[in-house]
Amino acid sequence: MKDHRPIAIDIRQVVKQFGDFTALKEVSLGIEDNEFFTLLGPSGCGKTTLLRMIAGFEDVSAGAIYLYDQEIAKLPPNKRPINTVFQNYALFPTMSVLENVGFGLEMQGKSKAEAKRRAGEMLELVQLSQFAHRKPSQLSGGQQQRVALARALAPQPRVLLLDEPLSALDMKLRKSMQIELKHIQRETGITFIFVTHDQEEALTMSDRIAVMSAGEVQQLGTAREIYERPRNMFVADFIGDTNLLEVTVDRIEDGRAACHLGGGHELTCDAVAGINTGAHVHLSVRPERLFLSSQPSETESLRGRVLENIFVGTDITTILDLDQGLQFRVRASNSDRGNLRVYEPGQSVFVNMERGSARLLVD
Amino acid sequence: MAGGAASGGNATSDAYAPARGWLLLPAWLVLGIVVLAPIVLMLIYSFLTKEFRGGVIWEFSLEAYDQFFFDRGLFGDEAPTIQWAYMQIFWRSIWQASLATFFCLLIGFPTAYFIATRPANQRTIWVFLITIPYWVNLLIRTVSMRFILRDQGPLNDLLQWVGVISEPLTIINTNLGVQIGLFYSYLPFMVLPLYAAIERYNFSLSEAAADLYAPRLKILTRIVLPAVKPGVIAGCILVFVPSLGSFLAPDLLGGARNFMIGSLIDEQFRGSAGNWPFGAAASMILLTLVLLVLMVLARQQARLEKRES
Repeated sequence: MKDHRPIAIDIRQVVKQFGDFTALKEVSLGIEDNEFFTLLGPSGCGKTTLLRMIAGFEDVSAGAIYLYDQEIAKLPPNKRPINTVFQNYALFPTMSVLENVGFGLEMQGKSKAEAKRRAGEMLELVQLSQFAHRKPSQLSGGQQQRVALARALAPQPRVLLLDEPLSALDMKLRKSMQIELKHIQRETGITFIFVTHDQEEALTMSDRIAVMSAGEVQQLGTAREIYERPRNMFVADFIGDTNLLEVTVDRIEDGRAACHLGGGHELTCDAVAGINTGAHVHLSVRPERLFLSSQPSETESLRGRVLENIFVGTDITTILDLDQGLQFRVRASNSDRGNLRVYEPGQSVFVNMERGSARLLVD
Repeated sequence: MAGGAASGGNATSDAYAPARGWLLLPAWLVLGIVVLAPIVLMLIYSFLTKEFRGGVIWEFSLEAYDQFFFDRGLFGDEAPTIQWAYMQIFWRSIWQASLATFFCLLIGFPTAYFIATRPANQRTIWVFLITIPYWVNLLIRTVSMRFILRDQGPLNDLLQWVGVISEPLTIINTNLGVQIGLFYSYLPFMVLPLYAAIERYNFSLSEAAADLYAPRLKILTRIVLPAVKPGVIAGCILVFVPSLGSFLAPDLLGGARNFMIGSLIDEQFRGSAGNWPFGAAASMILLTLVLLVLMVLARQQARLEKRES
């Protein structure tokens, strides 16, 4: 279904150079119409630079950016029908909230009355009508954030860029804004490009995510794809919690790879294209895809000794020692009315996993 | 001012009340000696009778003010006529000072903007470069300016060599000469407060405005200027006020026909030809005028802000 959607922003082999430093190395991405798209990565990965290039605040060193088949890389920011919600909001301090929201409309050539009317509507959308005549400095952080959103949405941009807009808010407010943003995106039908370093935020809101690191896109996919099938070490490590094990591939048969890890443990998992017999690679297993038992399972098991149990309300994480300093984390959900069996430290147990939960990673 | 300090201190209870008077003493002393005493002295002198070799006779007289405003004395037999000569000097001074302020703003703003947008480690160097000429005495710089601007000076030579003009331009002893002198003397007083304001300006506001379809000129007038307005006002006052009372530039670059108030007052206190009460009276009139202008500006500003909110 999504194959039929037109491409809203097409980034073609875009390179960004700051002096000798290459911030982006030939990035290509197609962001679809009406999509909630997230650029996710640690600070310095180039995600904000890419966003600023789409907005027009940075020029491209090489490559091209298209907005619905129109080349925009050379256009100044005020000629692009793209608006931005800035990380620090950048609200105009000398103007009232209403004037802030109406500014873009006024600059588009709408009459003062028309701009005012529409700005009022936008404030209604973000539930700030009663603050229309206040100055931004008289609002709380969360309210300022919503003004910034209303201001960016008011001129009805074709694409909305959001540069870590929630990072200054506290946890609770952030959670509710995540849902509100997603809701507004659905309602307005505008393509959102969201930048964040918070993987949970990205997983919560996005239709698709581009995981970035060191100026490159490491993996592109839906939240599930990225979480369940990380392509490489970086993605597996960055998204969610995982056990990373160094393994050697012994043989590959029928799409299954038999590997061994330190201490004589053996494991079989799905083979991955590009990893051949004899390769020293990493294996990723999510802690919640493992379970502990006094009996080995029919599929895959490893034997270990319990080191510690960490209780965090919703679940319990058990840290195990698999000999030779190899540690393993297993997470069990505390959902079974408190019937979860907890093994005491020092006890020897089997770590069982289902088929498909261990994944070989390209480095 | 005392009222402001007291009301500001309310929050911290009145345990400090007895000490407060003493702690404020240094401030009152400085204000009294440096600000109040000279003005009061001037005010008194302006109402005394002049002594012919300079100085005053301690006898009340309105003669100084009479001389300033009226031609045939207010107290003579004939009907008094208004004395325009001094008013003209006043008018010329205000005009020249306003022009100097305008040009300083015109050149100073881009300069300050340029410096404020350099990388942080380069800004100090630029500010340093702006201030270097001001380590030399103003008198010497004004005399040098006279040398540069004169008919056979380097400026005229250059312009003729380039071929812009065929005859040397007469700049010395014209209003233009005075204007150049004032502009040059007070430019840094415009650049420095502007720089301080622009440096604190959040440039992501300009980005936000550009993002919201504002062209460059609109960004300047709607976003940047309102944000740095305190710096603009400070710069304008710092250029306008000393320009108005300046006497070196008008003396050295203007000559007799381009007199400004500063020179007029300066002359009254020089040698034995002076007239101290008249100089004092002219000073008082100038002071009143400046205060009136500033008060009107401040009131307008307050009214504007009230209307906005």
